[in-house]
Amino acid sequence: MSNEAAIHTDVHTHDSHGHHDDHAHHEHKQHFITKYIFSQDHKIISRQFLITGIFWAIVGGLMSVFFRLQLGFPEQTFKVLTMFLGDWAHGGKMDPEMYYGLITIHGTVLVFFVLTGGLSGTFANFLIPLQIGARDMASPFLNMLSYWFFAIAGVIMFSSLFITTGPASGGWTTYPPLSALKEASMGSGLGMDLWLVSMALFVVSSLLGGLNYIVTILNMRTKGMSMTRLPLTIWALLFTAILGVLSFPVLLSAAVLLLFDRHAGTSFYLSEIYVAGKALPNVGGSPILYQHLFWFLGHPEVYIIMLPAMGMASEILATHSRKPIFGYFAMILSLIGITLLAFLVWAHHMFVTGMSPFLGGVFVLLTLLIAIPSAVKVFNWLTTIWKGNIRFTVGMCFALGFVSLFISGGLTGLFLGNSALDIHLHDTYFVVAHFHIVMGISAFFGMFAGIYHWFPKMYGRFMNNTMGYIHFFITFVGSYVIFWPMHYEGVAGMPRRYYDFSNWESFKQFGELNQMISIAAIIVFIAQLFFVFNYFVSIWKGKKVTDPNPWQSNTLEWTTPIKPGHGNWDGEIPEVHRWAYDYKDDGNGGDFIPQHIPLKEGEESH
Amino acid sequence: MSGLMLVFLVVLIFVVLYQVARSSEMVAQIQGEQQFDKKRNKILGFSMLILMIAFFVGIVWCHEYMLPLMGPEAASNHGVQYDFMFKVTLWVTGIVFVLTQVLLFWFCFKYQRNGDKAPVFFAHSNKLELIWTTVPAIAMAVLVAIGLKAWFTMTGEAPKGAMQIEIVGKQFNWISRYPGPDGELGKKYFLNINDKDNLLGQDWTDKRNMDDIIIPNGELRLVKDVPVELIIGSRDVIHDVGLSHFRMKMDAVPGITSRIWFTPTITTAEMKRKTGNENFVYELSCDQMCGKGHYSMRAVVVVETQAEHDKWLKEQKSYYVQNHPEEFPAEAPIVAPVDSSKKITMNK
Repeated sequence: MSNEAAIHTDVHTHDSHGHHDDHAHHEHKQHFITKYIFSQDHKIISRQFLITGIFWAIVGGLMSVFFRLQLGFPEQTFKVLTMFLGDWAHGGKMDPEMYYGLITIHGTVLVFFVLTGGLSGTFANFLIPLQIGARDMASPFLNMLSYWFFAIAGVIMFSSLFITTGPASGGWTTYPPLSALKEASMGSGLGMDLWLVSMALFVVSSLLGGLNYIVTILNMRTKGMSMTRLPLTIWALLFTAILGVLSFPVLLSAAVLLLFDRHAGTSFYLSEIYVAGKALPNVGGSPILYQHLFWFLGHPEVYIIMLPAMGMASEILATHSRKPIFGYFAMILSLIGITLLAFLVWAHHMFVTGMSPFLGGVFVLLTLLIAIPSAVKVFNWLTTIWKGNIRFTVGMCFALGFVSLFISGGLTGLFLGNSALDIHLHDTYFVVAHFHIVMGISAFFGMFAGIYHWFPKMYGRFMNNTMGYIHFFITFVGSYVIFWPMHYEGVAGMPRRYYDFSNWESFKQFGELNQMISIAAIIVFIAQLFFVFNYFVSIWKGKKVTDPNPWQSNTLEWTTPIKPGHGNWDGEIPEVHRWAYDYKDDGNGGDFIPQHIPLKEGEESH
Repeated sequence: MSGLMLVFLVVLIFVVLYQVARSSEMVAQIQGEQQFDKKRNKILGFSMLILMIAFFVGIVWCHEYMLPLMGPEAASNHGVQYDFMFKVTLWVTGIVFVLTQVLLFWFCFKYQRNGDKAPVFFAHSNKLELIWTTVPAIAMAVLVAIGLKAWFTMTGEAPKGAMQIEIVGKQFNWISRYPGPDGELGKKYFLNINDKDNLLGQDWTDKRNMDDIIIPNGELRLVKDVPVELIIGSRDVIHDVGLSHFRMKMDAVPGITSRIWFTPTITTAEMKRKTGNENFVYELSCDQMCGKGHYSMRAVVVVETQAEHDKWLKEQKSYYVQNHPEEFPAEAPIVAPVDSSKKITMNK
């Protein structure tokens, strides 16, 4: 264990104090900057990821409120728009350029900064060492760098909101030639360069993190923690990291080639273009090449977002049903299936680009195959809660909501993955509804479940329950109210990324509905602020944790002190003797047996 | 100022709610945590049942509300195939949806912890795993089979004798080109493009271009029951020919020519009667983000009878003739200038 030596000094400090919970004393020795800012402690880094993610979620969410105002009330003006957007919303009416800028940045930050950085950054960092029984990541230093590359990427993306030509505005997929030619759109000027640089740095951050997670999981498990005893969270985070490491570099290459096309006169993506009154010299490139490169990341990215949520939901559903996860090995196999297939389905985003119909057929087959491991997971979750003893903690509510949303959003994937249906549904609101439910809201539900569940471990306090339940019910109902009707709009052919529908005979009948959706979106957004309020207030004012294992859970993180210092365990790291899901009679009236308890005589290990 | 007040109000509400929430936890401490947790668990288990009922009532209500707003039936041969496939997929997914959601919420209610029973230790069953691997696999095989059959018809070669029309996207409108009497579209090259008298960059050395008709607002005139093949291109960025009534869609990519074909089955006039909407019109929408005017990139599609189409075609002048009237002094006056925004003097 490479970092054992580095942390050893810390551990000795603990030992000399005799295993008590007086970390305060020990932690005072560290300067504020090394402890909270440039920290190498995985637990601090995970909280940095989370809080940065929360910041971006608020920014991205606020953007959606702004463009929902435009979509719901295209005739009206809003002072609040001028307040935030200035000249981009002259007289309270949002400019189309800004509308497209907002949807672009909304998509980018939520997909990458919140649901990738904020989700796997937080929970991979927090849970991997704690649940496998390691004192820290394999390389705490690279881990710290991973966060700071993420932070810089964020600063650059944020700064692009303030430049005169506005942020990138070609949609979060930023297809060239639109994104390559500054003549084609205002947002394709400096804003696009900043977007590309920011994404490149984000890829670096994601690679540093991902490599670290993989190495840590493979090499630093505590004694007795064989791979088949790992909690499913760790399995999910392992595959997430593998997906990221193999696919993010392809996005980087796409971004670099695009930068060349923009500034070095190359023609990777450009051919035969006449724009702004003149013909460009570029010949021989293909805009479709970019789409292949983008979606080679873009599709695995969906699973990079989903897998951690799946892993956490599995863990939380089992813990609060007081039952072992059903089909542990089937769950791992389905994760493997999803990971493999994730690399083989990217072109289903491109059915209508004029691709070879035969190739399209192959991608239909592979895409619909993904439904099988997904179905296995859903049925296993349902069987996990069947005949359980369900405790409705807030985390559990969100995990249950996750399953509901994953079903709803997953099933609509069967429409879009089938190319003959996609011909009509492609780029309509059906797509918007599908991916927001399945990888937006349901991944968020997984994340919320994780936050409520592990908050006591993170801060030694509980989040406020009552507020949590309010948050859950508003978000669950609100999400369906927002996105369910959008399926219908999509079936009617209503295209996404439209600034205004009032001139369209075929789509203007949905005006009233769009208003209702906008109002629901605003309410749900305020409910999220309510969560943020609860989060921050509870860090200092929440009810204190008194029991080191408040959920009576089996995994190793609950064997650490209530507020673990750097190094996690005061003394020896516990040895593992059983799998993570022994929720059964312990012989003393308890209904669980943690992983570090040795097998009883005659007891069979799973 | 009012904005600030609003923010203040929201924060105030948060604080009040937080205090209320905290006091409920104090009550818990007074009552005894366990007693309180038990009560709360019961309430939440019951709420899950309510949530399920509300969920399904909401779905039915939403369906009732949406149905009259949905567009008319499909107006093309492929569209009919699409509608059938959509229904099959909807049934398959619908059954799974109802089944799994009902189980999920019902289990929540049924198996809430109430202290009088121990949970069942049930960790795996190969039989169950096998069932729910093979059943979805079979269902997927059916969907893939139906889907691929439709997909290969839709993307297959256009039938012989199909009408050919070129449709080209540019920021932010469509331009359509008809082959004229010779039935063939002439060559074009992007370096020839200019907005004054060569919108698509036609190569005038290719004689097939001479009779090609260009409609600068992209209007498509199709004939009922006659297959049409659209030759799709773009001048600048990626656009997308979205024909929602015909259930068709294809990207328009600069440097690449893409094609789709279909057979319209209902004329615009018939559709007006069917929908009872005097203003009904088939619309072509741009479905791929193309810049700030993306949402306004609209063209009209007219489906008419052969006789109407022939009459319309006769009234059109070729693009070359329109722009080089001096070369055709003998021409009779042209009936209708196609694009009123362009000031082309047609008559001597």
